[in-house]
Amino acid sequence: MKLHGRKIAPGRAQGPALVSRMGISFFGGVDPDTGVVVERGHDLEGQSIAGKVLVFPSGKGSTVGSYTLYRLKFNGKAPAAILNAECETIIAVGCIIAEIPCLDQIACEQLHSGDLLLVDGDNGLIETQEGPSR
Amino acid sequence: MKLTHEEEAMLAGRAGRAAQKAMQILQALGTIYGAESMTPVTSVQVAGVSYDNLGEAGLQFLNEMAGGGGKARVLTTLNPAGMDIENWQALGIPETFAVQQMRVIEAFSRMGVQTTCTCTPYLVGNQPGRGEHIAWAESSAVCYANSVLGARSNREGGPSALAAALTGRTPKYGYHLNANRAPSVIAKVQCTLQGAYQFGALGKAIGERLQANAIKPLPYITGIPSASLEELKALCASLATYGGAAMFHIEGITPEASQTPLPEQHLEISAADLQAAIDSMNDAQPQEVDFVSLGCPHLTIEEIAHLARLLEGQRVVKEFWITTARPVKQLADQLGYTAVIEASGARFAADTCCVVAPIKGRFKVLATDSAKACYYAYAKNNFNTVFLPFEEVVRQALQ
Repeated sequence: MKLHGRKIAPGRAQGPALVSRMGISFFGGVDPDTGVVVERGHDLEGQSIAGKVLVFPSGKGSTVGSYTLYRLKFNGKAPAAILNAECETIIAVGCIIAEIPCLDQIACEQLHSGDLLLVDGDNGLIETQEGPSR
Repeated sequence: MKLTHEEEAMLAGRAGRAAQKAMQILQALGTIYGAESMTPVTSVQVAGVSYDNLGEAGLQFLNEMAGGGGKARVLTTLNPAGMDIENWQALGIPETFAVQQMRVIEAFSRMGVQTTCTCTPYLVGNQPGRGEHIAWAESSAVCYANSVLGARSNREGGPSALAAALTGRTPKYGYHLNANRAPSVIAKVQCTLQGAYQFGALGKAIGERLQANAIKPLPYITGIPSASLEELKALCASLATYGGAAMFHIEGITPEASQTPLPEQHLEISAADLQAAIDSMNDAQPQEVDFVSLGCPHLTIEEIAHLARLLEGQRVVKEFWITTARPVKQLADQLGYTAVIEASGARFAADTCCVVAPIKGRFKVLATDSAKACYYAYAKNNFNTVFLPFEEVVRQALQ
């Protein structure tokens, strides 16, 4: 399957999808040293976002979250790419400064955790291969 | 989004790595918010200066931008740092923090930023005029620039403001466009107001009402016959903190008020509403106060003169920080106010404030006249607050 999105941050990446149906606050919601989601009650709580193509509707919370993405990258725990339904300032700025490919206007409901995704942030393209967990 | 040749060149990296990353940030924001083009800016105010907020990651980013050839192309000033740059030891700031904070300041300095470290850039030479496009972070200053000065700024974050500084551009959307500067609601003030304290309470009362009713936070305020610089400064800080406002109009006072179309929707703020806002910021008893601070936003020279009169011949018995911009403090030095104030035992904390300094856990109850300080005292530092008029805050320090 091929999906199209809007270019937010350039670059190419691939990895298994990790799909959340909830907004993510990187500042306070994700441990910058481990890449594990720590927000209580979040549908990804306890899971690592490191190396994943992280799919979620939109960012939320403090603007300091942009720097959390930068810190995750520095620690080798950043997501491989980010796909949003509607990107906002925190995620866009964080992805650019951390050099994480990012697209938005994605039909997130068509993606499932475990799908192998190839993300082309330069051309706004996503290719999916169904993962073993489907 | 349409870019000029120069902007395309920056995006392609021909003006260096830092300018390229900066242009990528601006292009992404322009795309998200539907800007058709960039607009040149004449002034930038960068936030994200205190090492307490930035952390090691933020410092690395700033060093990367400075190392990548980043240079401010327009007048650029800084938000408060986490300490008084010259007098941090007397304020009990740990040396480990001071070393990292100075590295932050140096990174900005390498990029040609004026390292003023104040939330009131408009008091120290960064005062854009009406209609100028600017890119400011610091929510209280954005609100002041749009509302009182008539300049045009969105509410920028630290990186997006820096990106504007390094390119001299910002995406043209939001408050840069006339249509988005029209008020959403008329806020009728039905009580008389005096002092920064009451204007701060008004900002909370209006701001929370707008938030609760999901109204775009751009009120047209009526019923205020006059307002001083200090009162407007307090209203800006509070309305930005509690309402997320980037702008307001006040009938007969702010420059765009007489030319803007008026909305149908209105709300009323009574004396009881104002009192409720004041009460909500008092969650401790005066005898529990162990920290007193004035200067959120940073004090004007007139406020410092007033403070010197109140403290003359008095003895302060609690930790009392007076926060202001360094050039204003230097003026106070010249005029003799500093000597009078310091003789009382109160301390100047220039370049910083009680919101961004690393003081979590050091105090229990803050006395302040700032509605904004009450919010962050609780949210960031877990302090309880006693919210009082300026003169009564000073009295708290004396007993």
